[in-house]
Amino acid sequence: MSEASEVQKTNVDPAIEEGSLSVAQMVAVAKKLRRHIITMTGKAGSGHPGGSLSAVEIVTALYFKVLRHNPDDPRWPDRDRFILSKGHAAPLLYAVLAESDYFPVEELLTLRQVDSCLQGHTDCRLTPGVEMSAGSLGQGLSFSIGVALAGRLNAQSYRVYVLLGDGESDEGQVWEAAMAAAHYKLDNLVAIVDNNGQQIDGWNRDVMNLDPFNKKWQAFGWHVIEVDGHDLNQLVNAFEQAKSIKAQPTVIIAHTTKGKGVSFMENNLDFHGKAPNAAQVEMALKELE
Amino acid sequence: MSAEISLRDTYGQTLVELGKENPDIVVLDADLSWSTMTHYFRAKFPGRFFDCGIAEQNMISIAAGLAASGKIPFASTFAVFLPGRCFDQVRMSIAYPGFNVKLVATHGGLSVGEDGVSHQAIEDLSLTCSLPGLTVIVPADAIETAQAVRSAAANYGPFYIRLGRPKVPTVHDESYRFELGKAVMMRQGGDVTIIAIGLLVAAALEAADNLKKEGIDCRVLNVPTLKPVDEAAIISAAADTGAIVTAEEHLEHGGLGSTVARVAARHCPVPMEFIAIKDTYAQSGKPAELFERYGLTAKDIKQAVHTVLKKKG
Repeated sequence: MSEASEVQKTNVDPAIEEGSLSVAQMVAVAKKLRRHIITMTGKAGSGHPGGSLSAVEIVTALYFKVLRHNPDDPRWPDRDRFILSKGHAAPLLYAVLAESDYFPVEELLTLRQVDSCLQGHTDCRLTPGVEMSAGSLGQGLSFSIGVALAGRLNAQSYRVYVLLGDGESDEGQVWEAAMAAAHYKLDNLVAIVDNNGQQIDGWNRDVMNLDPFNKKWQAFGWHVIEVDGHDLNQLVNAFEQAKSIKAQPTVIIAHTTKGKGVSFMENNLDFHGKAPNAAQVEMALKELE
Repeated sequence: MSAEISLRDTYGQTLVELGKENPDIVVLDADLSWSTMTHYFRAKFPGRFFDCGIAEQNMISIAAGLAASGKIPFASTFAVFLPGRCFDQVRMSIAYPGFNVKLVATHGGLSVGEDGVSHQAIEDLSLTCSLPGLTVIVPADAIETAQAVRSAAANYGPFYIRLGRPKVPTVHDESYRFELGKAVMMRQGGDVTIIAIGLLVAAALEAADNLKKEGIDCRVLNVPTLKPVDEAAIISAAADTGAIVTAEEHLEHGGLGSTVARVAARHCPVPMEFIAIKDTYAQSGKPAELFERYGLTAKDIKQAVHTVLKKKG
């Protein structure tokens, strides 16, 4: 962790415990999401389990603690927005939306099938709760700027959370957007980077080195928080801290493990864009009991 | 014919009117507001204007986010950059999700002139017409531009409007009413139809006047909405006149000529000729010189009419 790191492993502020799940309950939800990711990609026979599993705690903290949202009214104008920029983690988003009651959990098994509302990469026209059609990397942060600017213009108090991949940050548009978000002083915008260290062709540092990653964001004018992306306490605290940051956007660099939670998938590049086979599904689910 | 008017200027002034009428109209530019003329809007509504700097891709996806949140964004830069530079953003952030973004590109076509190939958008219509759900409009004069911009603001969905750099002659009179998706009969005629867009509408009318003197009776159709195109008007033109010449300030591939040929081939095949830039990049020069060099003048249209009439027999 760098000098930018400000979040220590502490207990969650009791104030943010109200009206949402406890950390222990969220740990249970996270396990459910992992099971969904394994089951649905296994059933589909394709998909991206690795980068879905790495961000499970991030979306769990958001949907079950941080976001003001209403699954009965997905287009509620004052909802906090969660925007998935790394669109290949669609199984992760579908799992958390289903567990939040945006649609029945059974739908998850239709992933990637013809006429399913769950496309291989997200489609905001088809899936309740999906804000943006993604899959071509690098566009979500820019999109989120537009959403944050509209909130400011309308004097709405909603906050905008966008999840990026670290590999995605190779895209130049991410840095165009990083510059713009700071220029517009968007303190209603929080980017979270699922910093699992890997991209399709290998480790980030070998394919295209991003370091010093935190200093890049700082230099672009962002408030930077680094956390263990699998520690719900740290994540929740970071989201809370971001609310107190004024006149600049916040990025939470969440250090994660690709394939987290399934021993043979962790840090295994094979499972970036490949689904587990039937035997692997069985093994994985056993580990996730 | 009245004085020549800059379509960019008309666009900028129309934006100001729209801004007064509708607080949800917002405008984005990429450091070219004095060329696209969005600076008029910025002066009136600074809080609803976003200069994104020289970062077109970012601008397009920001526009999508604004539209997703209920705003009606107009995003402008040069046509070489929009859609050229940010085609994937137009596809993924706007056309595929169907967001209510109005893309208005200026400096389309060869008439950019001296800046040369890097600034001459001659493939933008091919790119934009290829995207499902994107409405594509090429106004011919200032009267049509003002109404097309208003129509884009009033109709939900993504639009691409292509404007040129130079001042252009007015081909419509004040009574003209732009109708989205409708071709405009500029001249009645029975021997051949010239179908034109943008700057070439004026050239088509000039060619038709000259051909009249030779006893050739040309129908002239203006097709301001290139997509979705007015198929009925094209089919009638083919059926009634038996020959078609298309004219556009664009590559032959993928623009007006391709669109008209596809409709005619399916419903009423007739001999056709195509006034367009052949498979090449152009060069620096004065617009009029370039139009002559690359075959986009009234004289070229007239010659194409003679050629197509020979084929018609």
